[in-house]
Amino acid sequence: MTKEKTEKPVLTDEQKKIRRKAIFNRYKAWLYLLPAIVILLIFTVWPIFNTIRMALLKNYDSMKELGGMSFEFGFDNFVSVVHYNKFLTCLGNTMLLTIITVPVSTMLALLVAVALNSIKFLRRAFQTIFFLPYVTNSIAIGMVFMTMFQMIGNINNPVSLGIINSIIEALGGTRVNWVNVGSNYWANITVLAIYIIWNALPFKILVLLGGLQGVNKQYYDAAKVDGASRWRIFWRITVPLLSPMIAYVVITGFIGGFKEYSSIVGIFGDTMGPVGNKGSLNTMVGFIYDNIQENQGRASAAALILFAIILVVTMINLYVSKKKVHY
Amino acid sequence: MEKENTPETTIPSAPTPQPAPIKTMKEKDIKSVSVKQRVVKILVQVGLYTFLTILAISILFPFYWMLISSLKTLTEYNETIPTLWPRQFCWDNYVTAFTGELNLGRLFLNTVIVGVVSTLLSLVVTIISAFAFARLEFKGKNLMFGALLATMMIPGELFTITNYITVSAFGWLNTFTVLIVPFLVSVFYIYLLRQNFMQIPNELYLAAKVDGTSDFKYLWRVMVPLSAPTLISITILKMMGAWNSYIWPLLVANDSAHKLVTVGLRGTAFVDLATNMINYPAQMAAVVIVTIPLLLVFIFFRKYIMRGVSRSGIKG
Repeated sequence: MTKEKTEKPVLTDEQKKIRRKAIFNRYKAWLYLLPAIVILLIFTVWPIFNTIRMALLKNYDSMKELGGMSFEFGFDNFVSVVHYNKFLTCLGNTMLLTIITVPVSTMLALLVAVALNSIKFLRRAFQTIFFLPYVTNSIAIGMVFMTMFQMIGNINNPVSLGIINSIIEALGGTRVNWVNVGSNYWANITVLAIYIIWNALPFKILVLLGGLQGVNKQYYDAAKVDGASRWRIFWRITVPLLSPMIAYVVITGFIGGFKEYSSIVGIFGDTMGPVGNKGSLNTMVGFIYDNIQENQGRASAAALILFAIILVVTMINLYVSKKKVHY
Repeated sequence: MEKENTPETTIPSAPTPQPAPIKTMKEKDIKSVSVKQRVVKILVQVGLYTFLTILAISILFPFYWMLISSLKTLTEYNETIPTLWPRQFCWDNYVTAFTGELNLGRLFLNTVIVGVVSTLLSLVVTIISAFAFARLEFKGKNLMFGALLATMMIPGELFTITNYITVSAFGWLNTFTVLIVPFLVSVFYIYLLRQNFMQIPNELYLAAKVDGTSDFKYLWRVMVPLSAPTLISITILKMMGAWNSYIWPLLVANDSAHKLVTVGLRGTAFVDLATNMINYPAQMAAVVIVTIPLLLVFIFFRKYIMRGVSRSGIKG
């Protein structure tokens, strides 16, 4: 009995400690998450609501709002954006570049991945080379592409033809005004598409090759025993087995394509077009940045439209791949 | 097994063979089939190497062009038909790149400051957040993690508009803070590290608990070392991000004291005062200087970069 009495206060102390610890433990996780939550609330959660709010206020201006002005609610920003020629140009350029570059780069990456998977000698060297465009600065290498396509001096009587035109003429073709003053829209788009594909290949090859290396060799052995042609093996075995990875690179390709911006800055500078044709190659993201300082309502409406497009395209992709992805 | 037969270097002009259909066994004498198969196999290999070599050359050509252009004199660069190899190496272009209006040294310093500080802080925030999601129990954990992942779908441009207003209101324009703080938390990195933490067996955690190790100690002594490869991937991708970032720095910190390397590179004209023409060789020298560090990092950390990239799809 006496023993218990002396022990009792010690026990409660222990219990108190445990209780305190339990309370601490309950909130400990939030302590760990505190920095992330604070930053996310300010720079991610608030912008989501604020962008919708700004897009729905007539003639919104953040500086005027700080000065105490209030704005009317309305859909004016959306209406003016879709009636705005500059925006339609941006939308058209973005869509065109995406529609050209995503299928071409995916197909090319698929061929490279299959080729890499069927060789042994020099495979690692090729793999490294094909990954190089990924670890570059897209503005810096864009400037290199520009110098390759560019003519120097007067267009009709250039001082320098540039390497691409020199190669074309050496092969018996006629030179093209790719990026200089007065260059054709389709010539500009061709240069951009080449650069974007060059830039997009590494990631796609990496993912597709990774997928190929995970494919069970037995499928191929079985096909060989049946005497199936390589072409048939490619379409009937490789492509279906790789379909999840193909879907993945197509979806990320579309998302990246709709956010295209820095490759155009790399080649044409932040005028977003050849000299004398400012803004002719601008994109959705470029449009948003052009309006960020003066017209945040319009920029917000454009950003929401961009988000909606990306969402819809991703949904369509997911829907199609659900039907086509084979396992 | 066919290694000896594969040509080491293929001639790019070799015709690409059409893959010939393989006949079924019963139609042909086995011996002739096996000879035919070997021929087909070699032809296919030649075709594959030709294809890969042509493509590899197109991938490498811009790098080659950048290097040789940076070493040409302005006169040689402006010749009608460009030369494929500089007649004389003009290293002065590199001096011009560093001493000219571009002020590369300052740009490098700014970029390193932003890259290192933001990477370190970002690692700390990512580690503790990933730990909370991977090991701790709290109300609304799954809901919150799901909400975090959902924000990854929204294009960053949507945040930028408000963030520009926010940082202006904070008075952060033209500071290093504005380049570091808004991007400290990456949901993708938290996700990546959480997945890694979850793979560490629970028994280890329980054993540590029995031994009276605190969560914090366990995190730094056990989980962080075990996740080193993922953390290295995150570090490299984050540093590359600082090196390549363009839009945000251009918008919020475009003064010479805080300008980052990519912004400076694109914004400088390199006009040669003597001829009033753009000095492209010097510009290419600057491009080389900006590109080389990335290639070096890639050579040394190839494995970590490819591992991180294959799971992200995010450039920079």
